[in-house]
Parts: sequence; C-alpha cells; structure tokens
Amino acid sequence: MLVIGERINGMFDDVKAAIKERKASVIQDLAKRQVESGASALDVNVGPSSADPQGVMKWLIEIIQEVTSVPLAIDSPNVKVVKGALEVCKNEAIINSTTAQKEKMETLIPLAVEKKASIIALTMDEKGIPRDADLRAELAVRIVTYAGECGMPIENLYIDPIILPCNVAQPQAGHVLETIKQVKLLSDPPPKTVIGLSNVSQGTKDRELINRIYLIMAITAGLDAAIMDPMDNDLMEAMITAELLLNKNIYCDSFLKAYRK
Amino acid sequence: MALTLVKEKWTNKINIVKIGATKEEGGTRTSTVTVGGETTLPFLFDEGDIPNPPVIAMEVLDIAPTDWPETLLENFKDVANDPVKWAEKCVSKYNAKLIALRLQSTHPESGDASSEEAANTVKSILKAIGVPLILLGSGNHEKDNIVLAKCSEAAKGEKCLIGNAVEKNYKTLTVSCLADGHNIVAESPIDINIAKQVNILIHDMGLPLDRIVLYPTTGALGYGMEYAYSIMERSKLAALVGDKMLSMPIIAFIGQEVWRVKESKSPDPAWGDERERGVLWETTTAISMLHAGADILIMRHPKAVKSVQETIDELMKK
Repeated sequence: MLVIGERINGMFDDVKAAIKERKASVIQDLAKRQVESGASALDVNVGPSSADPQGVMKWLIEIIQEVTSVPLAIDSPNVKVVKGALEVCKNEAIINSTTAQKEKMETLIPLAVEKKASIIALTMDEKGIPRDADLRAELAVRIVTYAGECGMPIENLYIDPIILPCNVAQPQAGHVLETIKQVKLLSDPPPKTVIGLSNVSQGTKDRELINRIYLIMAITAGLDAAIMDPMDNDLMEAMITAELLLNKNIYCDSFLKAYRK
Repeated sequence: MALTLVKEKWTNKINIVKIGATKEEGGTRTSTVTVGGETTLPFLFDEGDIPNPPVIAMEVLDIAPTDWPETLLENFKDVANDPVKWAEKCVSKYNAKLIALRLQSTHPESGDASSEEAANTVKSILKAIGVPLILLGSGNHEKDNIVLAKCSEAAKGEKCLIGNAVEKNYKTLTVSCLADGHNIVAESPIDINIAKQVNILIHDMGLPLDRIVLYPTTGALGYGMEYAYSIMERSKLAALVGDKMLSMPIIAFIGQEVWRVKESKSPDPAWGDERERGVLWETTTAISMLHAGADILIMRHPKAVKSVQETIDELMKK
C-alpha cells in the first residue's frame, strides 16, 4: 500500500510556525522522518488559514524536494496554487484533488495529463458528498470515463470515496469500504483507491486506535493508498501485518523491519 | 484469428552483481562476470530486459575427489592433485568464465588443512588464471569461519563470491566480505522465508544488497529439483513485484548434487550408458534450474558444461 505522509500540513502547530518564520529545517526534518518511517509519498498542505497559499506552497515544495525525491501530493482546493506548485515541482506530482464536478475535472484532469502527474479524485460533486456506496460509485464512473477520454493512464488515477468522522457520520465508514470494493470492479485494470485516513477519527477519542482499525479494514477491502501518519509506529506495523496476512509480501522473521528497507 | 498475448509489466528488477575486479578496479582479473539485472521472468524477452546471460562456473576441488565416478573424474585425472593446474585446465581447455574453488581439504575429516594452506592455494590460483573466483568452504561452519576469513583476506580486492552464509552462521563471513570487498552467497534450506531473513541479517551488518547472491539449495533431478524450482520461481516473482530483500541473482550448485546420486554413478547397463547418463543428469538439472531463474550454475562435467552453454546461447537469442 502507498503510504502518503500527512504531517506537512499548516493545520499542525509546528508546521504553521515553521511556515510563518520560513524555517525550512523544520519542514525538511518532517519530510525526512516521514520517509524514514516508511512513507513513499508526502502530502503538502499550506493549512486552512494561509495568507499567501500560492507562495507558501511553492516554498514548501522547493524545500522538501531538496531533501527527498519521493512523489509529492499538492494538497489544495485552489487551482492557481496547484498550477504554481506544478511549475516548481521536480519530483513526481500527485494533484490532491479534484472532485467529480464537471468544471473542476475539466481543469485539473487535463492539467495532470499534461504534467504527467497522478491525481486524486473525490467522489463528490456540486450536490455534496453522496450518502451511500452506489452514489459514490456512480461518481467514480463519471471520473474514470472522463479521465479515460483525456488520455490519463489508469495507474495515475486515485479515487477517494471520502471518509467522514465516525462520530458525526457513522454509517459512512461502511459505505466507504463498500465503495472501495466497487471501484475495483469498474474497469480492467481498475483505478486505484485512496483515503485521508485521519478524517475517520476527527474529533473522536482514541484516535490512533480508530485510525489503525479502519486502515486494516480498508486494506482488506482493497485500498491502494492512504494519507496517514507514518510516524505512528503502531499504525505502520498494523498496515505491514495486514498486507502480510493478505499474502502481499513474503513472510520472514524480520517482516516488520523488511518493509522499511 | 490472431491471439493477443497478455504481457506482464513488472515494477522492479533483479540486482546486478559483479564478480571479479580488473587492475583498474583494484584487482588482477583479466575478465569479470556480471549477473542479474533482469526485469522479467527467465528468457521472456517480450516482457522485459535480460541484460546479462546466466553464467556457468566450473568446480575445482583443492584435494583429489574421493567420491567422483570414473566417468566424471577421467576428465581431470591429470590435474586432480593440483588445484592450480585443474583451474588452468578448466579455463584453457573448457573455456570456463568463472571458477568455483571448493576448499574441501580444510574439512576436519578430509585432511583438516590449515587456513594458511587454503589461503596459499587461493593466492596461487589467482596468479595462474585471469577469470573471477568463487570461494567455497568445506561446509564445516566452525572451520569455514577461520578458513574463509583468511582466504577472503588473501583475495582482498579481487571481488570474489564467497560462500556459504547461513541463518545461524553468517556474521564472520559477512565481516570478511565487507572488509575485503567480496560478494556473499546467502544460503537457505528450501525455505523462502529463511532466504529473505538471511538477506536482511546480512544487509543489517552493512553489506549492500547488490553484493548478495541467493542460494536456496539445489536438488538434483529426482531428488527434490522441483522444490528448488518452486522456491526460485516464487523468489523471482516477489523480486519483480518489488521485494528488495529477494531481488538477488540466484546460484545453483548443480555438480555437487547431481554427481552424488546413483543415477549418475551406477554402472547398471539397464539404466543406459553410464558415460552419458551422468552427463545428461547434470545437463537436465542445470537447464531446469535455468528456467527456474538461476543466474550462476556451478557445474562439473565438461560435456554437460558444453551442452548447457550451448543451451544458454540459444535461449539468449531473442
């Protein structure tokens, strides 16, 4: 499973402060530590209250790619921010994200194809987040069809069925698992699936436990990628063990260590 | 109706391992051997690249063999008592690209030769021939730890392949390979989980992954060959989908396994001409191991070596 490290996000205090003071070392340290912990890609988000999202995003991308060559997920709802970041991004890029809304898709998917970037596509549109798996799958079909028409290689497309916090939208956890299974049947080969794992426990108690169990459930349903905290060692070990039990990797006594090599 | 074949696209490749170092590289070899680098299953050229063909190493013992059948020994009768001459003959007469020197004389029950004597043999052979060397212990772990350390030192800089390291006895040899710049043979007993574990243990000590060659144990035809085959196939598949701890080239010890079975030795005429039988047994086992993914084959009989080399040349034609 592709681990996309979530920590470089302006909503975290340390990142917010580092952005304010333009302290590159803090960001670069977070990037390195996430990769060492097993992240194969890094999400980059300027945070919700940035005064200059375009400038900050460019700065973040530039300093992160000094210390690591892993793919970078440019996490912003603002097309200008995404475009600006793609201009300076030397690593492989993942656009995070588009929705299934026509105008957004028509802007971002051709851009991804042009820049040879991957893209995360949320199964929601102008009507909002769908209430069940079938409606999410319908939007996924819309996304896959349009991406195919634009010539996007299917391996660059990640469908995100949007997990919601289990304390406010409890049935959604099950619907998302069902959607992951359905997306696998959409085409041959099918698009990949991704979730923003920490959303499932937003505002709850025992966040790490909820994240850990949900990740395993999602992996069993066929999840390909997750935006998550790779420095949560229990979470990483659960993921590695789940993959082992699904026969994705060959067992050896040091199976936990082997993953990070 | 034309049939469209489904082609696999693998995401990872087998490591490239180099054996032998020329003068420019700090050694004294006049030729080197490079194995590995495949991005697909054996000989499937339509699905990927196979930049380096499998290589045959001819086995030389540092003591006259006591249990080789006449049909095998007759090829080396004139040199069996002199490993230097034996190695020279393999290179000059049989065109060997790689020599596997087994330090059998150091085994406590085969003469218990000292590590100094073994190191001197290694030095003499390195002086006499220009092809790279595989150095093999006698199989007695305690003695091998001393002997191989000394021989590794004697061959420092020549980038040999030295073996074998096993799960319960790998540290001493890994230290030597690290210190003296050699590659290591990592052995496991027909167990893919242990194979992966041994590689991790060796790598944890600092030896780069591209200096490890995998030996999953070889069985002769009729004596477990297919077990080795399935381990090798699983290992290659795991490597091609991204398992870096199994992405090593594979070595098969053909000669030692084939020539101890009765089918290779028995003079019983009902089993066919014994002069051909052993050769065919070794050839068939070797070719099967090629299809399973062997990158290095250690072989004995010159006729079998010739047949298998011709087969490799033919298989490598795209």
